[in-house]
Amino acid sequence: MTINPQLPIRFSRTHRLQWEEAQQKFVILYPEGMVELNQSSAEILKCCDGERTLADIVTELEQKFATSGLHPDISAFLEVALNNGWIQQ
Amino acid sequence: MAGYNNNQIKPTPPRWLLAELTYSCPLQCPYCSNPLDYASYKTELSTDDWKRVLTQARKMGAVQLGFSGGEPLTRQDLPELVKHARELGYYSNLITSGYGMTEEKIVQLKEAGLDHIQVSIQASTQELNDHIAGTASFEHKKQVAHLVKKHGYPMVLCVVIHRENIHQMPEILAMAEELGADYLELANTQYYGWAHINRDLLLPTQEQFEKAEAIAQAFKEQVAGKMKIYYVVPDFYEDRPKACMNGWGTTFLTIAPDGVALPCHSARELPGLECPNVNDYSIEEIWYESKTFNFFRGFDWMKEPCRSCDEKEKDFGGCRCQAYLLTGDMYNTDPVCSKSPEHGVIGQAIESARVAALAADEKPLVFRNSKNSRGMG
Repeated sequence: MTINPQLPIRFSRTHRLQWEEAQQKFVILYPEGMVELNQSSAEILKCCDGERTLADIVTELEQKFATSGLHPDISAFLEVALNNGWIQQ
Repeated sequence: MAGYNNNQIKPTPPRWLLAELTYSCPLQCPYCSNPLDYASYKTELSTDDWKRVLTQARKMGAVQLGFSGGEPLTRQDLPELVKHARELGYYSNLITSGYGMTEEKIVQLKEAGLDHIQVSIQASTQELNDHIAGTASFEHKKQVAHLVKKHGYPMVLCVVIHRENIHQMPEILAMAEELGADYLELANTQYYGWAHINRDLLLPTQEQFEKAEAIAQAFKEQVAGKMKIYYVVPDFYEDRPKACMNGWGTTFLTIAPDGVALPCHSARELPGLECPNVNDYSIEEIWYESKTFNFFRGFDWMKEPCRSCDEKEKDFGGCRCQAYLLTGDMYNTDPVCSKSPEHGVIGQAIESARVAALAADEKPLVFRNSKNSRGMG
């Protein structure tokens, strides 16, 4: 599966994205499992609100972190997320 | 309390809390992991006790929470506990037989904040399911699975695999697909508790395992992206032990119905651990300071061949309960390991089960119920 650039991306309704105080990081929770996220992965997933497309997310994060050229990394991570069922289109 | 040595690194906090709310259960599965003498533990923690346990463990960093048993639905305070867990930020898993579940309760638990329901089914046919469960429950379980999906929970179907149902693997997979399972847990029986005493009747042959595993693996590829398969390996046919509990006292905390804290749900079977009770100590004291939780932490307790083994940080010597049940010494290498001098007991168990399978006068299964339990004391 690959990301369709036309469609908005939303975080899965059957997973939960949550800040863990004890671990000082964001995690994804799902039945009997947990994935620990680094900061950039968490920032990307927080943008998956069911309204923004891939291009919107890239623009948003490039502005937020005053940088450019994030498209390849964000796209690659979202594809992993899609194949793991963390996000949907 | 003993406490960990100061020259050791402070243990990692618990991540997984298994709350065994009760030992009472309307089913009688002959592979139940509850202790054989469960009927002698009559007291159950109160609602307030459980709330305190959940609060304390969450504060330390526990995040995955399993409500289990017995059958957790027999506790009338389940929705209240789920609500408390949700407020604390746990991801709550309900591990149920489905028995006693209604649509009203499914909605009520969802509103209380339950994240997921795992429904167990014993086989792909009514006849075998009801025989193994010791209760007529098959159609109701399938109905519950539908309702779980209908109300937006991720649905996990759990099927424990053993010699009586392993030939149904293709039908079990078809059933999971038909029910729309998001996850399918194919749990090869682990031989503790009731499964240990029924092992001759439950342990499949190597040929049966290999055939079933090949079918399950092919299915896993076929449904990739739609359904996730958790395949719990049958360690009797492995040559290295499982990294049991991800290492003793590193990740998992089980609280038994009477408040006894255990590093794994079978640890009650081990001698001399003096397992602490949440009525006497806080979870933090239990986790860091108790003799029980420090007993097999790290590597200092190991005997050879584990002590000098270059794989000890990978599997932690395997399972302490299995070492105890099969070799009589809980400090021994898990005999599943081919490096264990007692590895022969695994071959003997497999052979004993094979002979039993071929015998015309097979013994009956010992079902998990209070009458049988009282005879085990």
